[in-house]
Amino acid sequence: MTNFIDNVLGTPARDTREGKKGNLLFGVTVFLLSESMVFVSFFLTYIILRLSTKQWLPSGVLGPQLSITIIINTIVLLSSSLVIYLAERAIKKYKLVRFRLLWLTTSVMGTYFLVGTFKEWQGLDFGLSTGLVGATFYLFTGFHALHIIVGIFLQMLMLVRSFVRGNYNRGHYGVISVSLFWHFVDGIWIILFSLLYLWQAKH
Amino acid sequence: MTHSSATNLKESQIKQQAWKRYFTFNTDHKVIGIQYLVTTFIFFLIAGILSMILRGELITPPSDLVDRSLYNGLFTLHGTVMIFLWIIPSLVGLANYLIPLMIGAKDMAFPKLNAIAFWLIPIGGILLLSSFLLPSGSAQAGWWSYPPVSIQNPTGYPINGQTIWLLSIIVLGISSIMGGVNFLTTILRMRAPGMHFFRMPIFVWTVLSAQLLQLFCLPALTGAAIMLLFDLSFGTNFFNPTSGGDPVLYQHLFWFYSHPAVYVMVLPAFGVFSEVIPAFTRNPLFGYKSVAVASFGISLVSIFVWVHHMFASGTPSWMRILFMFSTMLVAIPTGVKVFAWTATVWRSKLHLDTPMLFALGGVVMFIIGGITGVMLGAVAFDLHVNNTYFVVGHFHYVVYNTITMALFAAIYFWFPKMTGRMYHEGWGKIHFWLTFIGANLTFFPMLPVGLQGMVRRISSYDPQYAGWNILASLGAFLLGMATLPFMANLVVSCLIGIQAPNNPWYATGLEWATTSPPPTENFETIPTVTLAPYSYGLPQYSTVDTTDEEAIKRHGN
Ligand code: HEM
Ligand SMILES: [Cu+2]
Repeated sequence: MTNFIDNVLGTPARDTREGKKGNLLFGVTVFLLSESMVFVSFFLTYIILRLSTKQWLPSGVLGPQLSITIIINTIVLLSSSLVIYLAERAIKKYKLVRFRLLWLTTSVMGTYFLVGTFKEWQGLDFGLSTGLVGATFYLFTGFHALHIIVGIFLQMLMLVRSFVRGNYNRGHYGVISVSLFWHFVDGIWIILFSLLYLWQAKH
Repeated sequence: MTHSSATNLKESQIKQQAWKRYFTFNTDHKVIGIQYLVTTFIFFLIAGILSMILRGELITPPSDLVDRSLYNGLFTLHGTVMIFLWIIPSLVGLANYLIPLMIGAKDMAFPKLNAIAFWLIPIGGILLLSSFLLPSGSAQAGWWSYPPVSIQNPTGYPINGQTIWLLSIIVLGISSIMGGVNFLTTILRMRAPGMHFFRMPIFVWTVLSAQLLQLFCLPALTGAAIMLLFDLSFGTNFFNPTSGGDPVLYQHLFWFYSHPAVYVMVLPAFGVFSEVIPAFTRNPLFGYKSVAVASFGISLVSIFVWVHHMFASGTPSWMRILFMFSTMLVAIPTGVKVFAWTATVWRSKLHLDTPMLFALGGVVMFIIGGITGVMLGAVAFDLHVNNTYFVVGHFHYVVYNTITMALFAAIYFWFPKMTGRMYHEGWGKIHFWLTFIGANLTFFPMLPVGLQGMVRRISSYDPQYAGWNILASLGAFLLGMATLPFMANLVVSCLIGIQAPNNPWYATGLEWATTSPPPTENFETIPTVTLAPYSYGLPQYSTVDTTDEEAIKRHGN
């Protein structure tokens, strides 16, 4: 942790190679903090609309229901945070092969989650314009899924980079940034999951 | 071929490329800064022409020059372009040019990101303006785009002006966030040795405070724009009152950004005043530390005042009172700044060169803008003049008369640094007086006519308001003409102006310690900072350099 703070807020970078890497990490952190405000605006919208509107669930619509598939999906996504952390540790210890394996596992887990999301969408009895439940549900899960797609894309980029000879060092900081991004997306999912599924609608 | 002719050849090649690089994907922060300034100035001219059409319509009471929907489109795009494509990005361009020089860095932290952020500006801008060509016409819901008006689509075209408006707001927002990340990283991590926080020029402080606001508040607007886009184009009902949505929620999200945005705009302008005024009074900035800290204070308070734009939107009374007080609170750190500038000027020997004229003019007009703002912050008064020209008068006193004048001050002040040539002082002064007179003539009449009850956003009005409106329209045309000497001056001076010395104003900032224009990586060697900023009075910053006749003439010492 202190290492992380050092990396992010440490001494002014100047023009050294290390300094520039630190800048990257600092920039990514600032970006994620800023990006989280988009989600905050979504969460607040959800809470406010949910509490104030009478037309949340049109008649005959149940809304998103907590099911075993969603729970498995969630477990897979959240544990991928652990896997990516292990991958990060591996690359810090210069264990390239282990890194690639763990890194790839993360992407596979992310993909599993994505497929699960789209399957769930298909099975639902409401659409985008079905009351406010449809609007909030599809936009917010969709926006989150978009972030997962970006995350997987970045992971692929880093994976390819890890095969470029001499590029190892650059991959290193990229890896930390992508992993930070992934933790962020996972954290957002915890809140979305609580809002969309745990906070059950009254009929 | 001798050695010297070889280098000459190289130099002439560099010269030839010099102007071309402004049209390329260049990653030098100085090139990008000028790209920003020129591009946004073009948008300023376009938005200015739109406003002259608006004022042309309002010169007579009936609606005769343009029809209703075109009038709506004109004021919508006028406001949007002025705010999102002139004021905000032009200050970003200025900061882009200056920040690395002022803190002693070679470039911004992320040069490529910087270039991408710039190129999104013309893309977003052209996208926005092209909506005039759509069969459905441009967006008409005003620069704030409140639903339910903004989610109606009477024309039935799947892509209409409002969709384009939302897309370009999202594009411009992404550009701003990229800029914010870049500025924050650069200022916090790339300062030269010895450049402590309390040795940073005020301009750096103000950009830092403004960019923190961008990063924290702008995403709320992006979120709102995404939801509005879904309402408009994909049948969702976030803000649609007829299907359970909440249009007031949009107003909250919009103003949560757009109120702080006024400080994103005005803080760097305050920064410019704080650079220019000490340089032309030869006094250290009075109360440097409190001015620096006040920048943060302003940012912080401005996050908690957005509801003052919604006093008339069915906001409960307790909330109105709360936000009335927080609004009044902003006056304190702002007052600190105005006091500091006044105290700096106090008993000094004034040098009234063009940048100083614009700075002083800006400060004076900000006092009117600020006072009318505090008046509007009072709930009872606001409910009376809400949606009248009083509000229009207030924010133009701030946005045009303060911020645009600060930008002119900045352009004249740093012109020698940017181009290596001096501008023409006489034409600069003509530009100032035309602007100063034109701006007051345009915007002052809006205050009394608003108090009398003339409603804004309409193309026809009661004949009793005609007198003030004719004055305002004449002023607007004068303001439009005032930009002509400005442009002529800059273009001609750029080409044949006299060679500028490295530090024509004997100013103290690090940017003056390098050549005019600065070399590619700004400094021969990265300087070490040992002095407090604004140490005017030290021999090296003295204008009474008896060996430099030019300087003596320039400063009348
Ligand atoms: C510092 C630079 C400032 C800028 C750029 C600025 C800009 C604006 C703008 C653009 C509006 C109109 C919004 C609309 O289209 O409806 C506005 C309205 C308002 N401003 Fe300012 N303003 C500034 C300073 C202040 C200050 C210092 C205060 C109070 C302390 C203030 C209080 C208000 C209030 C209460 C309104 C709402 C009026 C209404 O809609 O009834 N402003 N301002
Ligand atoms: Cu405000």
